[in-house]
Amino acid sequence: MKILVGVKRVIDFNVRVQVKSDGSGVVKDGVKMSMNPFDEIAVEEALRIKEAGNAEEVIVATIGPKACQEQLRTALAMGADRAIHVQTDEEVQPLTGARIFKALADKEQPKIILLGKQAIDDDNNQTAQMLGALSHWPQATFASEVKIEGETATVIREVDAGLETLSVDLPAVISVDLRLNEPRYVKLPDIMKAKRKPLETMSIEDLGVEHVAEVKVLKTVAPAKRQAGIKVDSVAELVTALKEKGLI
Amino acid sequence: MNSIYFNEEHTMLRDQIRRFIEQRVMPVAEPWEEAGSVPREILQEMGELGFLGIRYSAEYGGSEMDALGSVILAEELGRSTFGGFAVTVLVHTDMASPHLDNFGNKAQLDKYMPDIISGKKIVGVAVTEPDVGSDVAAMKTRAVKDGDHYVLNGSKMFITNGVHGDLFFVAAKTDTSVKPSRGITIFAIEKGTPGFTVGRKLDKMGWLSSDTAELVFDNCRVPAENILGEENKGFYSIMRNFQNERMVLGAQSMGEASKALELTMDYVTTRKAFGGVLFDKQVIRQRLASLASQVEAGRQLVYHAAWLDAQGLDCIKEVSMVKAYCGELVNKVMYDCLQFHGGFGYIRESAIERMYRDARIQSIGGGATEVMLEEVSKRMI
Ligand SMILES: Cc1cc2nc3c(=O)[nH]c(=O)nc-3n(C[C@H](O)[C@H](O)[C@H](O)COP(=O)(O)OP(=O)(O)OC[C@H]3O[C@@H](n4cnc5c(N)ncnc54)[C@H](O)[C@@H]3O)c2cc1C
Ligand SMILES: Cc1cc2nc3c(=O)[nH]c(=O)nc-3n(C[C@H](O)[C@H](O)[C@H](O)COP(=O)(O)OP(=O)(O)OC[C@H]3O[C@@H](n4cnc5c(N)ncnc54)[C@H](O)[C@@H]3O)c2cc1C
Repeated sequence: MKILVGVKRVIDFNVRVQVKSDGSGVVKDGVKMSMNPFDEIAVEEALRIKEAGNAEEVIVATIGPKACQEQLRTALAMGADRAIHVQTDEEVQPLTGARIFKALADKEQPKIILLGKQAIDDDNNQTAQMLGALSHWPQATFASEVKIEGETATVIREVDAGLETLSVDLPAVISVDLRLNEPRYVKLPDIMKAKRKPLETMSIEDLGVEHVAEVKVLKTVAPAKRQAGIKVDSVAELVTALKEKGLI
Repeated sequence: MNSIYFNEEHTMLRDQIRRFIEQRVMPVAEPWEEAGSVPREILQEMGELGFLGIRYSAEYGGSEMDALGSVILAEELGRSTFGGFAVTVLVHTDMASPHLDNFGNKAQLDKYMPDIISGKKIVGVAVTEPDVGSDVAAMKTRAVKDGDHYVLNGSKMFITNGVHGDLFFVAAKTDTSVKPSRGITIFAIEKGTPGFTVGRKLDKMGWLSSDTAELVFDNCRVPAENILGEENKGFYSIMRNFQNERMVLGAQSMGEASKALELTMDYVTTRKAFGGVLFDKQVIRQRLASLASQVEAGRQLVYHAAWLDAQGLDCIKEVSMVKAYCGELVNKVMYDCLQFHGGFGYIRESAIERMYRDARIQSIGGGATEVMLEEVSKRMI
């Protein structure tokens, strides 16, 4: 059984993101880039499934410019067996991303596709769901626990009301949440070995996918500064204050 | 980090060490300061991750990276805000064990290297004596040949990892009839060898989680096979190893300085005073910007020296500059960073208070600034 894992290059979560002065996006030059933290958890989970004897191969894939290979190397150093780089310098929106993963799935025939529930750059939270729909595979999103038994996956997912347990037939798409696992530290000898693992490069066209951007970003602005709050002494005062502001 | 010096492996190594230190060290290291030592489990965990064998042969579990790997380790350790923890590791990886790596024979490497790289055995280096520091050649500890053994007498001062370490590379005089620099030999001596004791544990101003001791040799018999490298060539081994030691101390200093500036930026951009935040004061902004520029320059000099080393080029002048410049700069940075923390900077619970104390040794240990500048000046004429 193969597992395909999505890995996205994003601005490191420690960076204080700055909006460009002309509003055309955020500053990425000279900024530290890393693997999307949710994807790191997805890679970790795939490795654990493999180490438990429930899969033979972990394939990591990314879509983006040449520099994304750094994140693939990190995933290989963590323990993935091989990597696929779908190279493009264009912005890739969720639907195109999902179509590309569908094409990769047709090619590689994995039993599980593990994706982050969202990427911390655009926070779209769409790719896994779209991929599930496009491939007509069952989907289990926001996984906080994954158990594989034969041809089924039991997934505990975090929902507003608490925890929900799903049983899905494989092949399936699973998107992972923060509490699923704690990704391992990568050992230096494994970092040194990562370079020798296979990394295949292809274009979006090679996969027969058309690159489309349905959503157009008009302008990027920084969120407004939060105003200082006020303290009230009683519920009555609170209700009055809320009414004055037209909030209730 | 965009840099001409670092490749993908370097960057990954830096990411892993930084994460390890932020998660496994910084939240729990406060008690190590009180205990006066770093728990062995942490060192072994670092060993398992390959952080203790960055440069060493893969045959023994190392990763065969170049000098820039050591610089990354030192910088990231410096960023931990616990200088004592940082130096515990760095003495093991980059100040003591290079003696074995550079000059050990096959049998010695086979015997010790795997345990050093895995963190099972912690090592130290013993050169300084109560009466002799900068003037290495003048050391007094004697090793007299007796059959197939040597008998050591004397004591070694300020030895890092001295209390808890397992194995020491000890310099002693084996020939007093020649020029002082021509009669020194290095011995590998294990804790527990009869005649070798820890004289006393020393109380320090900073580096509190690092154990520092006086080591005493009283008719300590050491087999001749424990000699590292050639007999009477020890002075040159020490001088060679000083290069790496000074480079990593410079890197550690710049890691410490960078972290101090970040902590201070957090403080002055949130601390309210005079109708704004402290950072609104031009004098504060300007001073921090000036220090940040100097730290960046220091860091690039460290990288350059490490790069020269990685190319196999002579870099004694550059390394001496690194040690002199970075050792002084980190003190200047700590002084101002503590100043901008106001009264809080003087209180034990602030990291900057500890970092200020930890920094003081950087212009003395491993080569005092004045001694380093002498080395630079010799190469200027
Ligand atoms: C916490 C700590 C840990 C240490 N760990 C180790 C260790 O693990 N192993 C080890 O062998 N040593 C260790 N040392 C010793 C350290 O390397 C020495 O302290 C250092 O080399 C300076 O030697 P000294 O203290 O004898 O000072 P001295 O040589 O007595 O010099 C005193 C001062 O005189 C000045 N000076 C000296 N020579 C000159 C000169 N030629 N020209 C101008 N000015 C000069 C300098 O300002 C210097 O600071 C450690 C020291 C400390 C404090
Ligand atoms: C051991 C100790 C004992 C003390 N005892 C007493 C006591 O008995 N009674 C008492 O009332 N207080 C006491 N204090 C408080 C002491 O007086 C204050 O720490 C001091 O006034 C600085 O204020 P702060 O700590 O709030 O620093 P902040 O006002 O926050 O200033 C922080 C730093 O910013 C810089 N800075 C501040 N303002 C400016 C400016 N306008 N322009 C440029 N730079 C600026 C300075 O470098 C300053 O050090 C004590 C403090 C300590 C540490």
